[in-house]
Amino acid sequence: MGQITLTKVRKAFGEAEVIPGIDLDINDGEFVVFVGPSGCGKSTLLRLIAGLEDTTSGVIAIDGTDATNLPPAKRRLAMVFQSYALYPHMSVRKNIAFPLKMAKMPQDEAAKRVENAAKVLNLSAYLDRKPGQLSGGQRQRVAIGRAIVREPAAFLFDEPLSNLDAALRVTMRQEITELHQTLKTTMIYVTHDQVEAMTMADKIVVLSAGRIEQVGSPLDLYHTPANVFVAGFIGSPKMNLITGPEAQKHGAETIGVRPEHLTVGDGPWEGTVGLAEHLGSDTFLKVDAGALGTLTVRALGDVALRHGDHIRLAPQEGRIHRFGKDGKALS
Amino acid sequence: MATAQSRTAARLMLSPAVVLLFMWMIVPLGMTLYFSFQRYNLLNPNRGFVGFDNYRYFIENPAFWVALANTLILVLGVLVITVIGGILLALLLDQPFWGQGIVRVMVIAPFFVMPTVSALVWKNMFMNPVNGMFAHIAQGLGLEPFDFLSHAPLASVILIVAWQWLPFATLILLTALQSLDSEQQEAAEMDGAPWISRFFYLTVPHLTRAITVVILIQTIFLLSVFAEILVTTNGGPGTASTTLTYLVYAQSLLSFDVGGGSAGGIIAVILANIVAIFLMRMIGKNLDA
Amino acid sequence: MARKSTTTQKAVVTVAAWGIGFLIFFPILWTILMSFHSEGDAIKSPFAMLASPWSFDSYAEVQERSNYARHFWNSVVISVGSTLIALVIAIPAAWSMAFVPGRRTKDLLMWMLSTKMMPAVGVLVPMYLIFRDLGLLDNLAGVTVVLTLINLPIVVWMLYTYFKEIPSEILEAARMDGASLKSEILYVLTPMAVPGIASTMLLNVILAWNEAFWTLQLTTSKAAPLTQFIASYSSPEGLFYAKLSAASTMAIAPILILGWFSQKQLVRGLTFGAVK
Repeated sequence: MGQITLTKVRKAFGEAEVIPGIDLDINDGEFVVFVGPSGCGKSTLLRLIAGLEDTTSGVIAIDGTDATNLPPAKRRLAMVFQSYALYPHMSVRKNIAFPLKMAKMPQDEAAKRVENAAKVLNLSAYLDRKPGQLSGGQRQRVAIGRAIVREPAAFLFDEPLSNLDAALRVTMRQEITELHQTLKTTMIYVTHDQVEAMTMADKIVVLSAGRIEQVGSPLDLYHTPANVFVAGFIGSPKMNLITGPEAQKHGAETIGVRPEHLTVGDGPWEGTVGLAEHLGSDTFLKVDAGALGTLTVRALGDVALRHGDHIRLAPQEGRIHRFGKDGKALS
Repeated sequence: MATAQSRTAARLMLSPAVVLLFMWMIVPLGMTLYFSFQRYNLLNPNRGFVGFDNYRYFIENPAFWVALANTLILVLGVLVITVIGGILLALLLDQPFWGQGIVRVMVIAPFFVMPTVSALVWKNMFMNPVNGMFAHIAQGLGLEPFDFLSHAPLASVILIVAWQWLPFATLILLTALQSLDSEQQEAAEMDGAPWISRFFYLTVPHLTRAITVVILIQTIFLLSVFAEILVTTNGGPGTASTTLTYLVYAQSLLSFDVGGGSAGGIIAVILANIVAIFLMRMIGKNLDA
Repeated sequence: MARKSTTTQKAVVTVAAWGIGFLIFFPILWTILMSFHSEGDAIKSPFAMLASPWSFDSYAEVQERSNYARHFWNSVVISVGSTLIALVIAIPAAWSMAFVPGRRTKDLLMWMLSTKMMPAVGVLVPMYLIFRDLGLLDNLAGVTVVLTLINLPIVVWMLYTYFKEIPSEILEAARMDGASLKSEILYVLTPMAVPGIASTMLLNVILAWNEAFWTLQLTTSKAAPLTQFIASYSSPEGLFYAKLSAASTMAIAPILILGWFSQKQLVRGLTFGAVK
């Protein structure tokens, strides 16, 4: 249930090859996040799995069956769209019941499922309203409710939180994670926000220009990025990437140190503080380190450093990532 | 967005419309072309291929050149009146004033009046030299009533048609005016531009597109003006108010000269195509909307 | 341009606007006024006419003499009929162009619009002959078919623009929810498109009602709609102003009312999207 395999999946729009070829395994019950910059093909990949786009070549298998040529309706997948895509002329109840109506489920059984889904998502009070009368967060829950009642093999989420404000995003993120823990169904989640990826995923797939850069658990990607791209993408603020003589000293084309792994104090590197951002819990420093470039440093707590201060920095032991000429990580 | 299945379905659903319109275009037009090369008169049983004779007779007919000129004058006359009038009216209606809704109804109304009604109302109630309103007004002022339709037939028809189309131009231009970006105007104001500059540098360019659309679309419809001429002057006196459309009609259905009328019809099609090419280029640019 | 305008400015504009509006509307107004008088009074000078008594005689006479009701009914049949037929053909066509666009879709749409620009006289002769030979002259079905064809491009075009405004994600959601193509169109597309379809119907009824070329060429008496009926007043006998006014008022009243509601549709439909 909910096991999906992609073999050599290619997608081209006319002349433009958006996805040159992807092999991927998604296990039953996993929370997989497709993450990457705009235009990397993550939404396209999701839509190929959903059946909303045809593959140019390759095989998509769901639970062992070849689903490549099946229409979306027959793949037993449910999708939550970025804009929620609720039916504006139907009440919340009818929206959630729609997939069951399409499956020709008897009315009383359908009604029961709708009530249950509404209860789980705190929508019981809104069942008779129309989507136009709901807030963003409520609409999102209706979209999720519509997906849940189908009891699909897997849930597909296409950047569902992009249209919500920051505070709501945090709440909904947690609700979706809890939902996954309750239902234990496979979830494939697309986002460009690496914080969402890190906090929600069992497995992250980092994509760039239609190719998989790395697949792994959040902490795998954090501790051992396979190449420069993943290193710079995962982690906020971004990892400091240094080229030139300093990198050569460590035997690499590029070296990377995360801002939280630079200690202020005695150390081999030095620079002048350009910008100091005091958040109370952390202090972020932008340091002009001459030949090394601009380094971002994250210090714990409230550090009394200001623009113009001259400081020394020390990279922590074993926290220097080394990358070769091809951008790949050196062991 | 599209998958193979939806693509086949789409093609199927498009076919009735495409097939029908294709047949509508090709079949009758093909027949007209065929007839234009025939000596074919509904009163005369002899038929035969005559090459380009019909075309030659049609063009050599002095009435043709008069009709062509009249058509041009009619279209240009209506265009000038409606575009200039439309711009002024749109500018006026764009200002705030009391009772905007009602005035809009009054200004828009003529467009929705059947052409035959418009023409007859103007012909009888206004232009008639004995009982028309203009006659009464003239008499009231001590002047001789003017027989519009006998002495200025083409001008009278132009007046009637312009009255009908002024609302269309006004509505289009007013819509375009109201879509003017107010932020752009405010930015210009903050930059110190006076009203006149804002008008010429911001409003006029924005309106240019709408004006072009009005001109091109009205031209297409004005080339086919028919009913107004039929019920007022019947193309007369003589050929004073005969347009190309009316000439073809007269030749085909009044003189029963199918061959000649067909040649005229083809000529009208060629003329209209030339205009259409410009229109298509204009619309094509905007179809991305 | 919502700026503060002085009250004087507003007053001046109000007077000017009302003045011009009144002038433009005057012929229609006068027709309506004239219809409520007798023939003898109708031809009097304007003030004299207004002073004379009102009567409904003209309306009664029109109905009696020429069976106005039948012409009215004919107009209704061909307007509504051609609109409904056009919708049946156009809705699927517009659906496919809006939701499954191909490389040629735009060209196809432009081609369809271009058929509307063919001058009617170009096909007058064959159409007349075909109709004559098929016995379709002065036949409601015949003229309805022609009106359907000449307005079909506009109907397709308008529906296309309305369909394009429906977010495609909602239709995709329906597909994910297991809807077949038929269900998708029936339960999701059509309800959301109803306002757009209604607007298109409105515009098409108006265009068909006022069509004054083919209705004049292809009908004479039995199938004659109001355009033809009014045209017959062009060579009248005796006094007829009041009757013409009454007939005209009845002929244009429905469309004036419908037209008021369809201004936006008019701009959308007849400028082919070039003006927004």
